[in-house]
Amino acid sequence: MKTRIVLYIIFLLLAFSKSSFSNDQELENKINKNLRCLICQGQSIYDSQSDFAESMKLVVKQKIESGMSEEEIYSFFKIQYGEWILYDPQFNTKNFALWLLPILVFLVGGIIILTKFGVLKKRL
Amino acid sequence: MKNRYYKYSIVIFLIFTFFIFYYGLKEKNFYTPEDISIKKFPNLILNDLYTNSETSFDDILVGNNYYLVNIWASWCLPCREEHPYLVQLKKNSPIKIIGINYKDKRDNALKFLDEYENPYLTILTDNNGIASIEIGAYGVPESLILNKEKKIIKKIIGPIDRKKFNEIKELINK
Repeated sequence: MKTRIVLYIIFLLLAFSKSSFSNDQELENKINKNLRCLICQGQSIYDSQSDFAESMKLVVKQKIESGMSEEEIYSFFKIQYGEWILYDPQFNTKNFALWLLPILVFLVGGIIILTKFGVLKKRL
Repeated sequence: MKNRYYKYSIVIFLIFTFFIFYYGLKEKNFYTPEDISIKKFPNLILNDLYTNSETSFDDILVGNNYYLVNIWASWCLPCREEHPYLVQLKKNSPIKIIGINYKDKRDNALKFLDEYENPYLTILTDNNGIASIEIGAYGVPESLILNKEKKIIKKIIGPIDRKKFNEIKELINK
């Protein structure tokens, strides 16, 4: 009975450590995919094997291990390199037009199409 | 009337698009930071190239008005081009130059210094490249000029050439 309990605990511990490992790995990959390579600027560091991309991957890994959250890691890179380093930039005063323009074009386009086909007129 | 209005709006739209592309494509596509002056140089602890002993930047950056932190490697060709300027700065200006040897083999680095002269006050090694990312470097070579408060007052991405050399001299002689 005792051995069974011990084995059960070992199994649980192993399962837990495995899942925490894979969580860290997933987070690392997610962050690496969202950071721009400094040398080959069209690639993320996840895809790049340049020296600086490899160093950045190590920095990300180190920061995750030290307990930093995803947001904290992004803000570290933002302070060093600016918003440009992120592939998924946040909504701010400099880029609001880029975020809003497609929605605006979609809405205006929609209204034009609807008026052209007379759908709006019929309704009104 | 409606048709003319339609034509005008297309022409305006095309002109607008043309100018956006014209200015957008004229701009440099290599990003350089604008507000680096507010950043303080982090206190990194790295190993000395010669003695291999752990050395912190806080121990080195003491007592001088200006420091130039230069990231270099023996395998980097532009580093050879900028090296004579570093030697000149060492000889003809009060600035102290600290080297960060990026992902290099120790023997090759020493050979490089033997061949081209050593302008550095201290050389620290960055074998895995982490320190260079911590200070926000973009590549090799790169130079940062720090004032006595350890604030980065100038960042030079790429090799130092005649123009940048003069800019450094002007900055430290202010």
